[in-house]
Amino acid sequence: MTETDRVSLAGRLSDQLWRWPTLLVVLLIAPPALWLGIIYLGSLFALLAQSFFSIDEFSGLIRYEFTLSTYAELFRPSNFDIIVRTVAMAASVTLASAIIAFPVAYYAARYARGRWKALFYLGVMLPLWSSYLVKVYSWKLILAKEGILSWLFQTLHLTGLLEAYLSIPVLGGNSLSVSWTGTFLVFVYVWLPFMILPIQASLERVPVSMLEASGDLGANPGQTFRHVLLPLALPGLIAGSIFTFSLTLGDYIIPQIVGTSARMIGQAVYQFQGTAGNIPLAAAFAVVPILIMGVYLYIAKRQGAFDAL
Amino acid sequence: MHSDRASLGLRIAAAAGLLFMHLPILLIFVYAFTTEDKSYQWPPPGLTLEWFAVTWNRPDVWEALSLSLRVAAISTAIALVLGTLCAAAVAHTRFFGREVISLLVILPIALPGIITGISLRSAFNLADIPFSFWTILLGHATFCVVVVYNNAVARFRRMSGSLIEASMDLGANAFQTFRHVILPNIATALLAGGMLAFALSFDEVIVTTFTAGQQQTLPIWMLEELVRPRQRPVTNVVAMVVVLVTFLPILGAFYLTRGTDTVAGQGK
Repeated sequence: MTETDRVSLAGRLSDQLWRWPTLLVVLLIAPPALWLGIIYLGSLFALLAQSFFSIDEFSGLIRYEFTLSTYAELFRPSNFDIIVRTVAMAASVTLASAIIAFPVAYYAARYARGRWKALFYLGVMLPLWSSYLVKVYSWKLILAKEGILSWLFQTLHLTGLLEAYLSIPVLGGNSLSVSWTGTFLVFVYVWLPFMILPIQASLERVPVSMLEASGDLGANPGQTFRHVLLPLALPGLIAGSIFTFSLTLGDYIIPQIVGTSARMIGQAVYQFQGTAGNIPLAAAFAVVPILIMGVYLYIAKRQGAFDAL
Repeated sequence: MHSDRASLGLRIAAAAGLLFMHLPILLIFVYAFTTEDKSYQWPPPGLTLEWFAVTWNRPDVWEALSLSLRVAAISTAIALVLGTLCAAAVAHTRFFGREVISLLVILPIALPGIITGISLRSAFNLADIPFSFWTILLGHATFCVVVVYNNAVARFRRMSGSLIEASMDLGANAFQTFRHVILPNIATALLAGGMLAFALSFDEVIVTTFTAGQQQTLPIWMLEELVRPRQRPVTNVVAMVVVLVTFLPILGAFYLTRGTDTVAGQGK
């Protein structure tokens, strides 16, 4: 080391860091840990704490005393319905995304090579990263009564079929854009790339020889899929389902723009904290997705899903 | 190696899946040119460029765009610093609480956005912080850290520790090593992470609805239009421009991180 380096401040500082590597780690980790710890965790705990308060029914003010009565309110039929509805939606969205995602991921992992591989990669990445609101908006255009889907049914002389579907009680509605089917379609569309990527990652690791061995041993393609491919892809499927499930649980914009007037958890949280001013109930509602995802992540970890992320 | 070809059914299913993901976005491009301004009528009764001029002269669109760009630029800068520091600490050292730190970084996007949003909002209320440009920024920087972190930590793991030791042996101090050895090695990963963080912030709406006061970012402007449509043609044009603007950083990030399996010092 040169003499000037030895005496310069930077040189001395870096000597100290070399001698105490712990100091280096502390210096590196302190800014991000403080930022996330104070701003994010601090707010999160402040919110959770408020769920143990309650609102005074007469004055509308928050009573700052520990109580579980706000949580009890979640089990009122009107509130409990919201939770059941949201979980049912999240489960069906997850199932449908998995079914659509699997062939895309499988083709990309096993057959696509070179330029096609890049095309598939971009083909998933572009929709994943393009604007969430624009994607929702495009479905408002598609599902509108005067939109392209109605036109398609009309051109194919199948309007009767669409109307018959729309008259089904829960699934249908006045038009697709104000029905549960519409909400479901938009959710599947928006979260699909989040399902494809982890499935593809897990399928990339399945050796082709294993599939060939299964075939050589007399399994037909269906049996190979059920007994070899699916178990090996399961961690990826579970990893993808974490995203689709969690994102559907917390979303309040899609059901607000495309859907019925029946609320989902996200909308309930939004309304209780906004117009209703009932922060404790909003906080208690926010705990529901956190709890569900906690259980979900615990199961996923035991299935080894995190290795596929 | 894989001489076998995909079955017809698989090829159709894969192609249909890709089409399903792209056709709706393409539809946006058609609607930007439609002459119809009262409904979402298909097929468009006529095509026109008129709405581009109308949108160009709208001050509210320009203000929203400018706010979005400023928020995205500053939160990307903050995320670059915090994400890189965090990745450097986690990648090459083992310390107490390492797992906790990586969980802490991922949590803001692992939990639904509405929880991040409402937590921040109630915290700002409790602390009597008025909603402003800075409250939007605090939220955005928090969830952007993870994108930079993910990109940087992957690159740090591939970078050989012996490079750093060689630099130190040759007399460079820690800062010179960072400037001349570490930074060139992680530069493209940081650029890619930064671009994705920018795209993420530019597009964010759920957290922003809770942390913005009266100000409108571009996604908030769009959300207003989606809930209560007033100027459908202007919304169509803005939607198309947003698609084009977000495609650029994504393509950029793709080309930057492509073929980066060959980082200097790897595998030695």
